[in-house]
Amino acid sequence: MAIENKSTVAYVGTDAVAEAMRQINPDVVAAYPITPQTAIVETFSTMAANGLVDTEMVNVESEHSAMSATIGASASGSRAMTCTSSQGLGLMWETLYIASGLRLPIVMPNVNRALSAPINIHCDHSDSMGARDSGWIQLFSENAQEAYDNTIQAIKIAENSNVYLPVMVLLDGFIISHAIERMELLEDNKVKDFVGEVNTPYSLLDPNNPVTVGSFDGLYGYYFEFKKQQEEAMKNSFSVIKEVGEDFGKLSGRSYEFFETEYMEDAEFGFLVLGSAAGTVRHHVKCLRENGIPAGMIKLRTYRPFPGKELVEATSHLKALAVMDRSDTFAGGMGGPVFMDLRSAYYDYDKKPLMTNYIYGLGGRDLSVELVQQATEEMQDIVRNGEVKQTVNYLGLKE
Amino acid sequence: MSTRLKDLSKKDEILKGGHRLCAGCGASIAVRQILKGLPDDVELVVSNPTGCLEVSTTIYPYTSWNCSYIHSAFENVASTLSGVESAYRSLKKQGKTDKDYRFVVFAGDGGTYDIGFQALSGALERNHRMVYVCYNNEAYMNTGIQRSGATLKGAWTTTSPHGEESYGKAENRKDLTSIVAAHDIPYVAQASISNWRDAVKKAQKAFEADGPAFINILSPCHRGWRYPMEQTVEVAKKAVETCAWPLYEVENGEYNLTGKVKEKKPVEEYLKMQGRFAHLFKKEENKEVLDSIQQYIDEKWERIKYLAGEE
Repeated sequence: MAIENKSTVAYVGTDAVAEAMRQINPDVVAAYPITPQTAIVETFSTMAANGLVDTEMVNVESEHSAMSATIGASASGSRAMTCTSSQGLGLMWETLYIASGLRLPIVMPNVNRALSAPINIHCDHSDSMGARDSGWIQLFSENAQEAYDNTIQAIKIAENSNVYLPVMVLLDGFIISHAIERMELLEDNKVKDFVGEVNTPYSLLDPNNPVTVGSFDGLYGYYFEFKKQQEEAMKNSFSVIKEVGEDFGKLSGRSYEFFETEYMEDAEFGFLVLGSAAGTVRHHVKCLRENGIPAGMIKLRTYRPFPGKELVEATSHLKALAVMDRSDTFAGGMGGPVFMDLRSAYYDYDKKPLMTNYIYGLGGRDLSVELVQQATEEMQDIVRNGEVKQTVNYLGLKE
Repeated sequence: MSTRLKDLSKKDEILKGGHRLCAGCGASIAVRQILKGLPDDVELVVSNPTGCLEVSTTIYPYTSWNCSYIHSAFENVASTLSGVESAYRSLKKQGKTDKDYRFVVFAGDGGTYDIGFQALSGALERNHRMVYVCYNNEAYMNTGIQRSGATLKGAWTTTSPHGEESYGKAENRKDLTSIVAAHDIPYVAQASISNWRDAVKKAQKAFEADGPAFINILSPCHRGWRYPMEQTVEVAKKAVETCAWPLYEVENGEYNLTGKVKEKKPVEEYLKMQGRFAHLFKKEENKEVLDSIQQYIDEKWERIKYLAGEE
C-alpha cells in the first residue's frame, strides 16, 4: 500500500533514536552519558531544551540512578525512558530485574558495546546478552531505520496490558549509532496515534488508589508466583510483538516479525545473525546465490522472548546452520548465547541441521565479507562431509 | 502550623499499626513524628531503601502505609524518588494532575551514609523537592548489627567487634549532616526522637522547603545498642544532653541550635547506658578511647555552636 507524506532523511543511528523519542514524547527521561550512547541523550536534551517535548529531563549521576529514576517515574504512571551502553547497562543490572519485576513498561535503547576488561568502546553484544535473563524484551536492529522503528514499536509492546514488561531496543555501537544512513521518518501525528496514551499497570500518583510497590516477600512466599507471571507475560508478548509489527507495517510499509529470512526456502545451509552484521551476511548470501550456491540467512530481531519453535521450523530443512554470536558465554566450550539457545530449542526435534557457532566481532572487530566467505567454505565442507569438525569457531582472530 | 500535642494527636497516622518493627524501635517513632509535620490536604508518596523499616512495614500481601509507597533497592532510594518527583512535575506541567504532592524518604544510616550516598548527593544537586529523612541507628540493623559510616567510634558491632587487638570501631563517624549541608539545599537538620516537638517543627519546615530537605534523626535500636527496649527515648535524650547528637538546623545556609543544652553532660553517661560500649569501661587502657570519643564530641559541638553564632 502507498504510504503518504513520508520524509526521507540522512541520520546517524543516535539521531534516529532521539527522533523516535521526540515523537513518542515521554513524560520523563532520566539518563547518563556513556559512549556510544551519549549522542542520544545530547540530542534529546536539546529537543527538551527547545521545548519540543513535554519531557522532564533527569540528568542523573550514574546509570544505576538512571534506571532507578526511570523506575520511579514509570511507577508514577508516566511514560519513562532511558538509554545506555556497555558498562552503563552493567551498572544497571540490579535495577533491570526490578523494572521487570515491578512490571514497568519502560523502553530503553541500548547502544551495544563491549564490556571491560580491557576497556573497549566498540561494538559487540556482550552488554545486552548479559541482561538476557533479566525479564526484558530485547529487539535487535540492523540499521538506523530499524532502531527508529523498533523504538516506536517498543512503547506499544511494553504498554500492552497482557505484557507490561520493559523493552530494550538494541543497536550496534558506532556501526549503527554513528554511521549516517538514508532512512524514512513517520509523521509526528502518526507516531502519536500509534503509541497512544500512556498505559502503566498502576500509579503512585493516583490519590484514590494508593499502592505499595516493591513490598517484601519475606514471610508468605509469593516470589515464585510473581516470577511465573513474568514468564507468562513474556509468552504473551509473542503475539503482541507480532500484532504490533503488523500494525506498524500498515502505518509505515515496513512490517516486522520475530525474524527475517532470505533465500531460506531452498537453502542447503544458512546463517543466523543479529544486528548490523546482517547487512554483510545478506550481501554475501546474495552473491553466493548469484553463483548458484544454495545459501540462506535469518536475521533474528526478537531475542527475548526467544522464538525457538519458529526458528526451528524455519531452519530444520537445512543440512547445516551457522549461528553467528557477537558475544561469548565463557561456559568452557559451549559457544555464544544465541547458539546455546537455538541448540536447546532443537533438542525436542528429530530433524535438525548440523550446527556450528561463529563467534565474531568482539570489541568491534570487523566482520568482513572474506570472513563470511571463510565460514561459508566451512559450511560447504560440513554439507559435503555430513559432519562438524569444530562446533565453536572464533572468526577473525589475529594469528 | 501547630506543634501542640492536642492538635498533633488529631492528625491521621500514615504509618498504621500491624507492622513488624521490634517493640521499642526508634524508627517507627521517627516516622510518626516526621509525618506529624506533613501539611494537611496534601498527597504523599513514601519511599524506603531496603532496610528494617521496609521489611517490617510491607510484608506482602500486607502494608502498613496508608499512602502510596515504593521500595526499589538499597542504594537508590534518592534516585527512585527523583523519578517519582520528576514524573509528578511532568504531569503537573502537562495539566494531567492538579494535586499537591509531597515526597519523603525514610532511610537508615546504611542506605544514607554508605551505599546510598551517591544517589542522595545526586538528588540533592538536582534540586528535587523531597524530604529525605535518615532514621539513624548507627549500624546495619536489618542484617544484624554491622558497622556503618554512622557508627560512633568505640562501638561494638558484629563487623567491628572488640577483642584482644580491638576496642570496637576504630574510626570516627562521618559527619553526614555537614556533608549534606555543603550541598546548599534549603533545609538541613539534626533531630532526635526524644525531642518530639523539635522534630515535628523541623519536619514542618522540611515539607515547606522549596527544594530538597534533609533530616538526620537519631533513632536508637535496642537490639544493636544493647539497652532495655523501654529505654529508647531515654537513650536518645541522653545523646542530646551529652551533645553526642547536637540538635540544630541549617535553614538556607543559616545555622541554628535548636536543642539548647543548659549543662553539657559527659559522654560517658550516654555510653554507659548501652551494651555496645560496655567493653570500653572494662579495660583500663580503653580510657584513652573514651577520652578520644569525648574529644570528638566536644570538637563537633564547639564547631556547631560557632556556626550557629553561640560561642
